Amino acid sequence: MKNLVILGAGTAGTMMANHLVNKLPKKEWEITIVDQYKTHYYQPGFLFLPFDTYTEDQVKKEGKRFIPKGVKYIQKKINQIFPETNNVELEDESLNYDILIVATGSKIAPDETDGLLGSLWKKDIFDFYTYEGALALRNKLRDWPGGKLVVHITEMPIKCPVAPLEFAFLADSYFKKKGMRNKVEITYVTPLDGAFTKPTCTKALNYLLEEKQIKIETDFAIMEVDNEKKAIVDYVDKEIPFDLLVTVPTNMGDEVIERSGLGDDLNFIPTHKHTLQSKAHDNIFVIGDATNVPASKAGSVAHFQAETLTDNIILHAQGYSLKEEFDGHANCFIETGDNKALLIDFNYDQEPVHGTFPFAKIGPLRLLKESVFNHWGKLAFRWIYWHMLLKGIPIPFVGRNMSFKGKIFDIKAKV
Amino acid sequence: MKKIIANREIDVNEEGYLLEFSQWNREICECIAGECDVIMTEKHWEVIEFLQDKHHKEEPLSIRGIKKSGVINIKEFYALFPGGPLKKSTLIAGIPKPKSCI
Repeated sequence: MKNLVILGAGTAGTMMANHLVNKLPKKEWEITIVDQYKTHYYQPGFLFLPFDTYTEDQVKKEGKRFIPKGVKYIQKKINQIFPETNNVELEDESLNYDILIVATGSKIAPDETDGLLGSLWKKDIFDFYTYEGALALRNKLRDWPGGKLVVHITEMPIKCPVAPLEFAFLADSYFKKKGMRNKVEITYVTPLDGAFTKPTCTKALNYLLEEKQIKIETDFAIMEVDNEKKAIVDYVDKEIPFDLLVTVPTNMGDEVIERSGLGDDLNFIPTHKHTLQSKAHDNIFVIGDATNVPASKAGSVAHFQAETLTDNIILHAQGYSLKEEFDGHANCFIETGDNKALLIDFNYDQEPVHGTFPFAKIGPLRLLKESVFNHWGKLAFRWIYWHMLLKGIPIPFVGRNMSFKGKIFDIKAKV
Repeated sequence: MKKIIANREIDVNEEGYLLEFSQWNREICECIAGECDVIMTEKHWEVIEFLQDKHHKEEPLSIRGIKKSGVINIKEFYALFPGGPLKKSTLIAGIPKPKSCI
């Protein structure tokens, strides 16, 4: 009996379990999935928790529910991976593998920034990239009287790179609804050279920043938080004061990757960008946020990766060469506030453009343009996530690779 | 679009970043640096080579990452490439600036 072990039962790991359970011959392969946590979170929901748009129950469920029969589920801490002996050590047992899929994700590391975990943490400084953080921020916002709200990104890469901007948009709507928008100054602070870094997106979307009166500070590489002055400080001593700081700390892969010596300095695993095979070990594959591929760290990317990776696992199991198929495809809704959203569809080589999705002309979703329909799409997606995506059920008409159907190239570069 | 740098036609995007790394060479690099008021010294070249290496390995760039690598300390990095060192140094190195999804 051969063993396929999946580490991590988040979005990517759960999808792989569901994809593979009926595709690998049960007489030959035993599939095991391991996660230290009981709860499975719908992470896109963390954006909505602080604004009381979603409730706690809508963003979490018991993870075991989504693991199919036929896959062994172990809820234990993973201590270390030993690639030389094809072995994974858990807290109190050891697993051998013939194929290993690493889906251990990424998480925030606030300790990487001096002063971030100081006296203001969880008083005036919050994250919304964790369940607990989003709830604490919700409680803070409910009674916050106003002032300088700074929405900040520490460094790239982060998962869901657009979420901080969405947060700023939703904050504008939230305070408008409460009749206190004039009491709040919203500033978006980024280490990049703009709120938008792709020329098409800058042209298509810059109006949103002006319309919503969101100030921008660019090229800001945070060095530390000054808890006394209530300011974030960069390497050339520029200070940005805040009354409420909502920050995205450095994102890193799980510590097990560091303990196992498998990752780069952010604990992401060097992975072939088209096959998803680990660059260092032929029988280790990596999916989702745990890779170092230059795709966005997002659930939709993991979904598209899962379709290619499933085929490649089967090919590998049978001794064939792998398909170099994955193209970095991402398909993401972006909340722009006031019950509107836009949709972007892109890959490694093609930046977001205008158009319709998934069908040319009839859409029904619009690319890179705000619409109420897109917003309902984003909300409906929660149902799709729990009922289709996690179970490995394909989304109709949306292929794993980006399609040019419906894309309109009408945003001209300056000549 | 095309731009003449060091008497050669180079493909650049609308912000002046090279679209084809194969068109980069030291002469072109010095011209771009000159346009940014940067005079290339040995330390500049060292950093440029480090950034190009990261780019070829498709590894993302960040100030913290550069600090951790030890190639240069951050205050010096800002001094060598004033006014947004990441976007300036990548422009001079002929590689894309750090980007997000949008």
